[in-house]
Amino acid sequence: MKFQIEDVTVYFPYDHIYPEQYSYMIELKRALDAKGHCLLEMPTGTGKTIALLSLITSYTLSKPSNPVKLIYCTRTVHEMEKTLAELKLLHKYQLDCVGPSARMLALGLSSRKNLCVNPGVVSAENRDSVDAGCRKLTASWVRALAVENPNIPTCEFFERYERAGSDAVLPPGVYTLQDLRVFGKERGWCPYFLARHMVQFANVVVYSYQYLLDPKVAGIISKEMQRESVVVFDEAHNIDNVCIEALSVSVRKQTIEGATRNINKMAQEINRFKATDAGRLRAEYNRLVEGLAQRGNLPVGDTWLANPALPDDILKEAVPGNIRRAEHFLSVLRRLVQYLKGRLDTDNVEKEGPLTFVNAVNSHVGIDQKMLKFCYDRLHSLMMTLEITDTDEFLHIQTICDFATLVGTYARGFSIIIEPYDERMPHIPDPVLQLSCHDASLAIKPVFDRFQSVVITSGTLSPIDLYPRLLNFNPVVSRSFTMSLTRDCICPMILSRGSDQLPVSTKFDLRSDPGVERNYGRLLLEMVSVVPDGIVCFFVSYSYMDAIVNSWNETGILKDIMQRKLVFIETQDVVETTLALDNYRKACDCGRGAVFFSVARGKVAEGIDFDRHYGRLVIMFGVPFQYTLSRILLARLEYLRETFQIKEGDFLNFDALRQAAQCVGRVIRSKADYGMMIFADKRYTRHDKRSKLPSWILSHLRDAHLNLSTDMAVHIAREFLRKMAQPYDKTGGGGNKTLLSQEDLEKMNGIEGMMF
Amino acid sequence: MTDAQVVKRVKCKSSVKDPGVRGILKMTRERFVFMPNDPSSSIKHNVEFRLIKGHKSSKEGSNRPALLNLTHDQGNYIFEFENFPDRELCRDFVAKAITSSGEAGGPTSEKTVPHKDEQLSSAEMERRIKLLQEDSELQKLHKQFVIGGVLSETEFWATRKKLLDVNDSRRAKQRVGLKSDMIFNVKPSSDGQSNRVTFNLTPEMIHQIFAEKPAVRQAYINFVPNKMSEKDFWTKYWRAQYLHSTKNIIAAAAEAAEDEELGVFLRQDAILASEIRQKIRKVDPTLDMNADEGDDYTHIPGHGLANNEDVKDELEAQYEPYKRSFLQDINRHAAVVLEGRTIDAETRDTRSVAEALASLKRVELAKEASDDNAHQESLDRVTRMAEIEDLQAPRDPPVAPLCIKDPRDYFNSQQVNALNQLPGTIQVESRLSTSEAYGSLRAYISEIRTVGLSDPIVRPVVAFKVFNSLTQSISSSKYQLGKNPHESILDTLPSVTKDELLLHWTSIQELLKHFWSSYPITTSSLYAKVSRLKDAMSQIYPKLQEIKESARSDSRHQVSLLVQPMVQALDAAFTHYEQDQQKRYAKSVEKPNGYA
Repeated sequence: MKFQIEDVTVYFPYDHIYPEQYSYMIELKRALDAKGHCLLEMPTGTGKTIALLSLITSYTLSKPSNPVKLIYCTRTVHEMEKTLAELKLLHKYQLDCVGPSARMLALGLSSRKNLCVNPGVVSAENRDSVDAGCRKLTASWVRALAVENPNIPTCEFFERYERAGSDAVLPPGVYTLQDLRVFGKERGWCPYFLARHMVQFANVVVYSYQYLLDPKVAGIISKEMQRESVVVFDEAHNIDNVCIEALSVSVRKQTIEGATRNINKMAQEINRFKATDAGRLRAEYNRLVEGLAQRGNLPVGDTWLANPALPDDILKEAVPGNIRRAEHFLSVLRRLVQYLKGRLDTDNVEKEGPLTFVNAVNSHVGIDQKMLKFCYDRLHSLMMTLEITDTDEFLHIQTICDFATLVGTYARGFSIIIEPYDERMPHIPDPVLQLSCHDASLAIKPVFDRFQSVVITSGTLSPIDLYPRLLNFNPVVSRSFTMSLTRDCICPMILSRGSDQLPVSTKFDLRSDPGVERNYGRLLLEMVSVVPDGIVCFFVSYSYMDAIVNSWNETGILKDIMQRKLVFIETQDVVETTLALDNYRKACDCGRGAVFFSVARGKVAEGIDFDRHYGRLVIMFGVPFQYTLSRILLARLEYLRETFQIKEGDFLNFDALRQAAQCVGRVIRSKADYGMMIFADKRYTRHDKRSKLPSWILSHLRDAHLNLSTDMAVHIAREFLRKMAQPYDKTGGGGNKTLLSQEDLEKMNGIEGMMF
Repeated sequence: MTDAQVVKRVKCKSSVKDPGVRGILKMTRERFVFMPNDPSSSIKHNVEFRLIKGHKSSKEGSNRPALLNLTHDQGNYIFEFENFPDRELCRDFVAKAITSSGEAGGPTSEKTVPHKDEQLSSAEMERRIKLLQEDSELQKLHKQFVIGGVLSETEFWATRKKLLDVNDSRRAKQRVGLKSDMIFNVKPSSDGQSNRVTFNLTPEMIHQIFAEKPAVRQAYINFVPNKMSEKDFWTKYWRAQYLHSTKNIIAAAAEAAEDEELGVFLRQDAILASEIRQKIRKVDPTLDMNADEGDDYTHIPGHGLANNEDVKDELEAQYEPYKRSFLQDINRHAAVVLEGRTIDAETRDTRSVAEALASLKRVELAKEASDDNAHQESLDRVTRMAEIEDLQAPRDPPVAPLCIKDPRDYFNSQQVNALNQLPGTIQVESRLSTSEAYGSLRAYISEIRTVGLSDPIVRPVVAFKVFNSLTQSISSSKYQLGKNPHESILDTLPSVTKDELLLHWTSIQELLKHFWSSYPITTSSLYAKVSRLKDAMSQIYPKLQEIKESARSDSRHQVSLLVQPMVQALDAAFTHYEQDQQKRYAKSVEKPNGYA
């Protein structure tokens, strides 16, 4: 269908539209018109993504003179794929409606690991090995050598891509990662470098948050994006955590050891060069005297992770004289590593600010703040000079330099915490030095400054006024939409008591109580016999899940559950988890039914949908609080209290409840879908917790469902499932229309026109 | 029951080869009594039927003895009859007697009644009983005719051979899936006194272990029986399991270092790992979390906030291969169950199970490797999943799967319908010659050859139309009555009349089936059967009349319409019987005349 929103003709690839999608588009358009940032909360299962995509692309189509580029950030690669699949659908529709002028280029971008087609490179274990494998074949000096010596291997895909030069372009269309690989194989061009090149010309780019937020990556990938772009952060309820993680570094014993090895290796290289090619080191010295201008005109194959500090904070001046010479720099690094090693060797927990730390470094080993600040760039320059290609081996020293640069750059919003052992396992010495960022606004600030519109959207952004404070920006539009439902297709419940009427909770004192474990087990057992198809269970942590599954196995509850449904479990191994999920879907497809055990804050909870028959019931066992004794969390809470006047308890509740809401929100995809949500913990009955849930869940939480025991919950589940299985009128009927057709919209527009 | 007792001359034998003792067998409902001709003989029997478990009889043939074997708890009673009709009579009598005594004996009569017949295996017997239990109508018929003496057991089932066969083949087709239980996940039992623990192993468990742990399977193929005995192998396996259950990785690693074979069980499964690597490439991209690692720059070692969950120290790295969690086992188990049982459960031999599984896996892997469509399929799937279902009108005409509980009911009603229609249908005169028809067929075939078949061979719309017009007449008769489609004419009648009508209708069908299948009459037993059937039918006849007359005036017309075809069918049978009888009579009269 197509319709007008003011001066924009919106092409929407479906025959109907939800009213909230329509109002979402109106708000979004307002923000685009105002060239400002916006914050939009809309419940899951109302088609946020397609509404966003179709409005922004239509906006560009309506204003061909001033095209906006869409930079769409997802948290995960599989969400990227889903988004691109929806975009494909939309693009096809727009081509049908408008014709060839609607053509656009949209592509997903990921790392070499997901895009490389060179079989020898891509078979490596992890991302860093793939990157290093690629560099070994494509670095400028390697290729220069290969010209003279044909025995030196190069990558044929990269060579062909380079030879094609400016002819190497992607024809318009929508490209998923898979499509890019297929295209690359067909043409013999390297898809990774092709995609990175095409990002500048594409109308829509879909990539991970980190490509924009993490300065290490953003420095290479996203530095050339034009200002006239709309940046969308989808599923952005966790964006503050992504921001602070992007600027945090931790140093362990292994890091120190690895860094020492790296330094020794580099020292050898320097000596080798001194003997064979002394001119090269001298040339580097001269370059450094002139300043660090080398980035920017590097050949594509040589780029490496960029400076960990934000672009605005990097000094555009010459490297201090005392680290210009390679051997001097190495000795500085040695001293720094030695100092860190000494600091790690402690029996007490220490916490200090960056300023104190820098002063201590200066007084102990004579490295001043400016030298620390330049560490990263100096290292980068040195590694280029030494022609090091196996970058994956040098991650440790890189970590040390990242740490040095960050600690030298930022005086506030950070703290340094040294812990001799993990609080929960005091008998195992595992010293760690952490530089943790507390201020989420730091990492996202350049994004707000650089781009004209930034859209932050998710299903759970409650309380919506907290985000502008956490991220420190002024949205022009900030709205939370409710869901108009045709029928009560979600059924949230709070279960506070087990079948024996005793309270259930994952509170510390109750958590390992066998009675609670049994009650949780009985609850699941009752539910698997009532609910068809898929059931998802979320636990508060891996260790808790492991304990409870073992306990259920001992008591035979697990066996009983298995008689009803197959059981799949998320483990910390992603490959295993992915396969488990795939099998889980198969089991739901074939009708056998399955249960998936997962962890709140885990990878599955972050981005996998359990819509339709893949999830008819979600059980959230416990309240997913963060580990409250963690020093980093305590430091962050302190910072939040001091700078934003946010109370610790409030923030912890807010954080736990947004995770819980995120977990249970994954069951609904559309209004034809239905699902139940059980919050199994007595603490949810308290108002301060419950009220933090997003309004679309709260509005369906009936008073009678606030304090249930297992038997009552089973009864409600039966009733609900029976009711949902009946046919219903999809359009809602009567005055409360939940599905609008083109005619409805035209009528609405007509009325509005008369009103104004 | 027609006759309360039967008296026959028989020989009583202790075994088939035994010449036997001549005497008289007298059967009453409760018991049978054998009195030898020679009063001095010691062999006398007086046995109650309720002690008899079953009966067998020999095949009918000219030169064979007519034997009847009654099985009893302590032995058999074998009787040889002078001729087969006598035997037949007695056999039926025995069958009835056993049934009735069984019925009197306990409530589980239908189940336990052993309608033993010639060469009847217990499996077949069970099947019959099951059929009777499942179908109350059949049970009613069985009671009415077999126990009522109109038909014999064999005769009754002879017309239902198909039913038995069909069930048989259906049974064969459906294979039992894998159990959802993790049966090999057992706890050792200990006797509480010594430190010994005992594991019990069943073939089912072995099968599951082999299916879920390819390394163990491979080890079995490699080690047994050359390197160690089967018992040693499993002892080692359980030892490894026991070590795992203690969760002491270091101990496990130490044990594995000492004992190479034990190490196989303790280490992580290499075959599985390679399988996983292959599978992960084919996984749906919208849930491939593995790909995320490629974009995750905050969690490269040393970056990001230290996650509290992943504390890993250097020490553990060397024990990594020995780490295995119960959670992984659960995932693996569920995956295997989902794949389904892939080999025949009948193979009991452990080695052959192992080999069968191994070869099957190889075939599967090869198949997967050559599967090019997988990519396209997964793409289609992603697109399908991306759509929001209720914003879009469904693409295809809505399809409701056809669900006919009992196909016979459906087609029977269709047939009746077609018969009713017959007078109304107009014979379409076709002037098409054979060659023309042939030509057009050929044209079609060549067209299909070039164009190929269109994907649904019949377009759903067309199929729906045809289907509609076929079933319309059924529903139309219902609509004509002005009632809703779920009601039929029968429902408008009082329930007593309805039940009676249905009962008569089925019994008439049954009788007629037997009646017509008895012609031409070649043996005397058939003759006897026909006359029995005729008697039974003539008993129904007046009942039908009664129903017709008893019906209320408003429904009388409909009842008579319903009764009419039954009466006609009976009439036809009677007429045939009369004619046949006259012919026979004429013959028998002629013959003596001719010879005389």
